[in-house]
Amino acid sequence: MTACVTLKPHTKGKGTIRRSEPQFDMGDVIYFCRKGVESIIDDEVTKSFSAQELESWNLLTRSIRRFPHRGLRLTLLWGLGVLIRYGILLPLRVILAVTGIFLFVILSTSVGFLPNSKLRFFLGEKVHLMGYRFCVKSLTAFITYHNSENRPKNGSICVANHTTPLDVIILANDRCYSLVGQVHRGLLGLIQRAMVKSSPHIWFERAEVKDRHLVAKRLCDHAADKTKQPILIFPEGTCVNNTSVMMFKKGSFEIGCTIFPVAIKYDFRFGDAYWNSSKFGLVHHLLRIMSSWALVCSVWYLPPMNREEGEDAVQFAKRVKAALAAQAGLADLTWDGGLKRTKVKDAFKEEQQRLYSEILLKVHQTQKQEKCFEDETPEGD
Amino acid sequence: LSFLECSWRFCGRFKALWMKAALPDFKIRELTENPIGGRIIAAFFPPEKERLDFPSFVRILAHFRPIGKNRSRDRAQPEQANSRTGKLKFAFELYDQDRDGKISREELLQVLRAMLGLQVTEEQLRSIAERAIQEADLDGDGAISFDEFKKSLEKVDMEHKMNIRFLK
Repeated sequence: MTACVTLKPHTKGKGTIRRSEPQFDMGDVIYFCRKGVESIIDDEVTKSFSAQELESWNLLTRSIRRFPHRGLRLTLLWGLGVLIRYGILLPLRVILAVTGIFLFVILSTSVGFLPNSKLRFFLGEKVHLMGYRFCVKSLTAFITYHNSENRPKNGSICVANHTTPLDVIILANDRCYSLVGQVHRGLLGLIQRAMVKSSPHIWFERAEVKDRHLVAKRLCDHAADKTKQPILIFPEGTCVNNTSVMMFKKGSFEIGCTIFPVAIKYDFRFGDAYWNSSKFGLVHHLLRIMSSWALVCSVWYLPPMNREEGEDAVQFAKRVKAALAAQAGLADLTWDGGLKRTKVKDAFKEEQQRLYSEILLKVHQTQKQEKCFEDETPEGD
Repeated sequence: LSFLECSWRFCGRFKALWMKAALPDFKIRELTENPIGGRIIAAFFPPEKERLDFPSFVRILAHFRPIGKNRSRDRAQPEQANSRTGKLKFAFELYDQDRDGKISREELLQVLRAMLGLQVTEEQLRSIAERAIQEADLDGDGAISFDEFKKSLEKVDMEHKMNIRFLK
């Protein structure tokens, strides 16, 4: 923060000691004013929570704010696109998805009836993979996995950046993970219960989520068992629009086992995958994805990381986040993802106030010191 | 850049300021950490109005445009928003909330309190305010008028301080 306090030197008699006075300049307010208006014009946080802007149009009206009237041909093309997407692609995808979920629920429950043995585990994994592959086909997702040698191993934790709930499907297409989340009702709850029967997942009751120790303990127990599948966690805590990575919550980094970071980057030209949960619900979001052209993404597996000596959970989280952001080409922001819904803590404002007061008062301090110095060594005339 | 391009970009930003009632619950996070964020938002709204329309929004932002080179036709026009006087007027109105044309001691104290918060004591705050008023108040009425404000800032480089380059 640049100092905008002006100092007025004036000499005293014959002496050459310069007494500087802290002068609060009426113009100091201009610094804050300018910063404020700059935030109004453009700020980092709002940009990360609204859908990305495309440079050229991809024939989806949802990608732009206003329909560009550029001629009959473009409108015709767009109309054709609508027909293809809603008439052919969407119904096919919905049918595939429904079939897939139906099959998955039935098979998973049946596998659950087998006695607890290697066979059950083996079949469970196969059923899960089948379910995910069905889902991926139903979304027509084109996924490229990079660095598969770094694929997460059993008994570890996998962290990834979060853009949409479908991230789970994208990742689980390649290998099985144990998911962590709240217990839901309805269709999602049914799927959750079916999943648990054939493979260990960690579902929390709503009340338990508040109890951090309970959450941490269950995660620890699961991770400690080296035969269990890796736990998939999204440390941001909320969906971000895939142009940046927000602050990672330290909970999963405190557990102390190996972390496998995974970076996911979607290609927005084929359809926007970001779930703006304040704008539309999950079903609407799924329909949007299914009526886009396709879901094209790249997944990078990063080499495993461990917490180093003398590093605390927060620093470790920052390190992982930086590596992840660098790999996927996303901006590394320090803002908390929770800002989507909550206000900024007053601590940030107090920090600004503190910086400004330091500048004003430091000058005050210097003046006092100079005064003391002056008193000790009086000038002779 | 044409006006249409400008309005396109600003539309989105503009939505965030729409309702004055949203003041305590800022939608722009970085503005919340600004000590005078509330005043800046209030400056966009003319007095007694609850809604902001797009032309007024642009008019306020015009204060932050760089001061153009002197052209002969500019002298014929009334004071523009981005002239030195226009910028000073905007800064003046950040202090002068009741729009009586003078910055009273109380108004100055309010701004100081906002910018410094709990970091300084009440006495320090008062002494800083006293000193500022003594320095600037030339006619001795205990308040700072717009001309006195202009005078106290005559050495400040407004052209650079209150300048934002929009639209790269």
